[in-house]
Amino acid sequence: MSMAAEPNELRDDVLNGLQLSTQLERVWRTPSGLFGALMSVDHKVVGRRYIVTAFAFLLLGGVLAILMRVQLAGPEKTFLSADKYNQIFTMHGSTMMFLFAVPVMEAFAVYLVPLMVGTRNIAFPRLNAFSYWMFLFGGCFLWISFLFNVGPDVGWFAYVPLSNLQFTPTKRADVWAQMITFTEVAALAVSVEIVVTVFKLRAPGMTLDRIPLFVWAMLVTSFLVMFAMPSIMVASTSLILDRLVNTRFYDPSSGGHPLLWQHLFWFFGHPEVYIIFIPGTGMVSAILATFARRPVIGYPVIILSLIATGFLSFGLWVHHMFVTGLPQLGAGLFTASSMLIAVPSGLQIFCWLATLWDGRPVYRTPLLFVIGFIVIFVLGGLSGVMVASVPIDTQVHDTYFVVAHFHYVLIGGAVFPLLGAVYYWLPKITGRMLSERLGRWNFWLAFVGFNIAFFPMHILGLIGMPRRVYTYTAEMDWAHLNLLSSGGALLFALSFALLLVNVIYSLRKGELAGDNPWSASTLEWATTSPPPPQGFDRIPVVKHRDPLWADGESLPVVAGLSVERREVLLTSLAEAEPQIREASPEPSIWPLLTAVATTVFFIGSIFTPWAVLWGTPPMAVTLIGWFWPTGSKEDEE
Amino acid sequence: MRQTIVRSVAELPTYGYGPRSGPWWGAMGFMALEGMGFAIAIGAYLYLYAVNPNWPIGALPPDLWPGTTETAVYLLSIIPNEITNRAAHRQDLAKVRAGLVVMALIGIALLVLRGFEFAHLNTRWDNSAYGSIVWLILGLHTTHLATDVGDTVVLAVLMFTRHAKPRRFSDVTDNVFYWNFVVLAWLPLYVLLDWVPRL
Amino acid sequence: MGSHAKVMSVWVRTALVLSATWLLAGCSGRQSALDPQGLQSEQIRQTLFVFLVVATIIWIAVVFVLSMGMLRRKREAAQPLGLHEEFEERSGRVILMLGLATTVVVLGLSVVSYAGQRTVFAKSENALTLKIIGHQWWWEVHYEGDSPDKTFATANEIRIPTGQPVKVELESADVIHSFWVPSLTGKMDLITGQKNELQFTAKKAGVYRGQCAEFCGLQHAHMAFAVIALPPDEFGRWRDHENQSASSPPDQLGRQGEALFRARGCALCHNISGTPAGGQMGPDLTHIGSRTTIAAGTLPNTPATLGAWIADPQHIKPGNLMPQMPLQSGELIAILHYLEQLK
Repeated sequence: MSMAAEPNELRDDVLNGLQLSTQLERVWRTPSGLFGALMSVDHKVVGRRYIVTAFAFLLLGGVLAILMRVQLAGPEKTFLSADKYNQIFTMHGSTMMFLFAVPVMEAFAVYLVPLMVGTRNIAFPRLNAFSYWMFLFGGCFLWISFLFNVGPDVGWFAYVPLSNLQFTPTKRADVWAQMITFTEVAALAVSVEIVVTVFKLRAPGMTLDRIPLFVWAMLVTSFLVMFAMPSIMVASTSLILDRLVNTRFYDPSSGGHPLLWQHLFWFFGHPEVYIIFIPGTGMVSAILATFARRPVIGYPVIILSLIATGFLSFGLWVHHMFVTGLPQLGAGLFTASSMLIAVPSGLQIFCWLATLWDGRPVYRTPLLFVIGFIVIFVLGGLSGVMVASVPIDTQVHDTYFVVAHFHYVLIGGAVFPLLGAVYYWLPKITGRMLSERLGRWNFWLAFVGFNIAFFPMHILGLIGMPRRVYTYTAEMDWAHLNLLSSGGALLFALSFALLLVNVIYSLRKGELAGDNPWSASTLEWATTSPPPPQGFDRIPVVKHRDPLWADGESLPVVAGLSVERREVLLTSLAEAEPQIREASPEPSIWPLLTAVATTVFFIGSIFTPWAVLWGTPPMAVTLIGWFWPTGSKEDEE
Repeated sequence: MRQTIVRSVAELPTYGYGPRSGPWWGAMGFMALEGMGFAIAIGAYLYLYAVNPNWPIGALPPDLWPGTTETAVYLLSIIPNEITNRAAHRQDLAKVRAGLVVMALIGIALLVLRGFEFAHLNTRWDNSAYGSIVWLILGLHTTHLATDVGDTVVLAVLMFTRHAKPRRFSDVTDNVFYWNFVVLAWLPLYVLLDWVPRL
Repeated sequence: MGSHAKVMSVWVRTALVLSATWLLAGCSGRQSALDPQGLQSEQIRQTLFVFLVVATIIWIAVVFVLSMGMLRRKREAAQPLGLHEEFEERSGRVILMLGLATTVVVLGLSVVSYAGQRTVFAKSENALTLKIIGHQWWWEVHYEGDSPDKTFATANEIRIPTGQPVKVELESADVIHSFWVPSLTGKMDLITGQKNELQFTAKKAGVYRGQCAEFCGLQHAHMAFAVIALPPDEFGRWRDHENQSASSPPDQLGRQGEALFRARGCALCHNISGTPAGGQMGPDLTHIGSRTTIAAGTLPNTPATLGAWIADPQHIKPGNLMPQMPLQSGELIAILHYLEQLK
């Protein structure tokens, strides 16, 4: 009953080279054909889908941004009606936050974290597949609703009472709330997977102080998701209940309170910013080490900063509510806590500057984006210190100053690193390099376009332009800066078109990347580009924080895992000592079916509460199908 | 890249218990985020409690007997749960089967009691914000209870089939672990729902 | 790599930013935090200025160090893991010092902020009290007097005396709105089921535009208002006049308009004191003729615009709650004439 499996099982210590690769590939590959594709539980396949889907939503969200900039390019324009505009800015915010920014970071983590910690698949691969389907269905649900003119129009924050049944009698607010539920389920699932992957699936010897900084960043992010998103789930659920079965959470005449919504929303909403930004810092650290040609200075400082940022991010949600009439002393305390988060962010910046100072930088496109990140993000961080001040916030809150601020933080802090990451890691994912020439154009267009688009908004806010207005009158003196901003937005959009061209060009004609085109130091570069389904032929052994720089030509590995069935190596939490050869699930159609059943349940329940009754049995059946053993070798031991 | 084999893991077991295994950490992760969900719901309750001078709003506090009986059953259920846990560690299939059946029955009994508790809340979800938050919290915990009972039933059935292989004992211990969470989560909710309105 | 170009662009940008800020601070916007005309807004601009200077210095310093780090000549070393112990140690110290410095700066700014906050939210006793109720998408304004006959209502236009503190009590009739007159003070939300309060003092006479700052639905963009600060004696005269009921129309057309105002349903929603028209849904029109704008700051108040508004309010501000009343052109002229003389 105990330890070893059948004695005659084939292990990877008797096979070598091509024989080993071929055998492992046979065991780990995604089945062919459409049905096979739908069954895939390979983190690389799911990760790739996740990335592509998130970028598709970026494209859609970007188109909306351009529509808004056209409308605002001049006073009293009639390009969009008030109704369309309100739907569009709501869709833009919701799409960018829930369907692009958070998912794209998780998507990169789904693809990269297992490779960077040296394992064959993510923890809970079927949950991972389920998560992707939920994300996809939730996103499509929102966008299809929008195309049928049922897109939400209450802002990405959906403040009550505006989003109550009384003021939004259409299904628009329900669509918003249920989209939240979809994406939160997806994000929470990925977070648990990442945490367990980092805790239990690290290659032997990858002790806590040898974990790559990007992986640390994703670990902290995952914890943030786990502790922040339940709040928005409670919020969106209670909103739907208010709208659907007449509960009174937000009805002041029955003891409810509109500010309860704001507390719940921002208790999630502020950590959300760090859920987007912290992965960006991880990307920056990874890219910087490779292109400055030295490890990032202050590894422990950066990790402590990430953790401190994570903790602090839960203590400043109230700065979104400075003008709701809270007690003044309390608000003042939140000023201090909000500003304090500048300290860990600052420490990270100083570490990166020192790294660049001491390194011998190779100015390839990924590094350009990192430098652009520093210039833009620091400005955004500083304007963040300004909005944290209660008196200043009373002027700039809900104005274009804040719009400028958070685009500097989110585009500067997350999208620039992300674009760097695309140039950096796409060769690993596709096996082909992107064009460096187009890459430079891409960077400069993005950098210049971004600043022209968003810098003037600071001034617009200070000279009185509120957010979320679909038009303004000519007498307001806002026309010139708005026109400038719209022009910059077009340039910025063009830079993304260039990225698309570059990716398509690279897929067809890009130079072959080889295993490690940038001579980088982390484990994902130790396997082929693109990596085989099994990730690595043998699980690496880590003896240094930068294994590929320290180990030279030969990678130390372990042997003894099965090559007849899917097996991953579990190691101990702190020291990464090998503990268990655990079975890893086979491809399965059940995660997709479960996602379909859940989708029916979620969408049905915004039309009738009875969906909770008739929607549950299919979910239960699909879940049992998911977990019921199939009698395959993986299951039976 | 060239490879040098530096150690062998061939002798390692293929499953384990507790923090050594992956699913245990998965369960831990979900407990953490579900625990956070309860914490947020409790926070919402206390917020509404703080902004309303009258509490409970337009209703009597819930009748005590259903919640109190449940609490007693929850606390007692820890004993058969722990017996099941030990049997699973010993890989004693007969005892595990018996334990799972008992736990499934206890779960079903609690679901029935939960029905009475809803009926004796003395308020409806649409009466006031008080009614809404009480129903939400109780509903949230009932979902947990129902999910875990479902899980226990499926696992019990599984252990009576040919799939009752050694590694399933690890799943049983995870199920035990999760039940403890359901019990633990209930205790503050019991105080909140049944006693805070009586303050 | 174009490091030089990069540094250049950074400098050009800095110069542009600074000059733009200076230029704009110089010019006077009608609705601008940079053009303070009140005690509170002046204080806020001061706090803002301190933050702006500190932020600019820090940003320039960071970009400077970044540029120097990129431009400086590097010693050659082939191995990324070559020894840099001395540098690591030194930079470690520098980083921690900078971290400490950041903490000090941040705490210093918190103190500056809190000092500003105390001034901005200081309360005075002898304030003129107004009650403002937010509606989708207009502002209901009540002047509280010592006695009921000193109490009156108006809409979308708030006259205040200069030099005297004004206290506005903020409530909402429907969704959340936000009261914001940047030239006088920062904003405060009007929240359903909650009473908020804001105090400010205008230093100079003038017309200060304000606008709803919290998204409140379809016509959020068209929910403006004006605060008109008058010298105290002039304000007193206006207040006395405003206290009076509407005068009855002196001419035949006006009397016809008054009758039509009731007959065509206008009076169901609008109040005109001293007449049977007592609707409470829409803005009070007792002295509509003397207001400067209509439709919550959407249009200047002229016979042409007011006529166009009455004829087809949905065209000018789609989705607003005033229905289009079927009026013959003669009837429209009469109503318009009546309203125009409600000075």
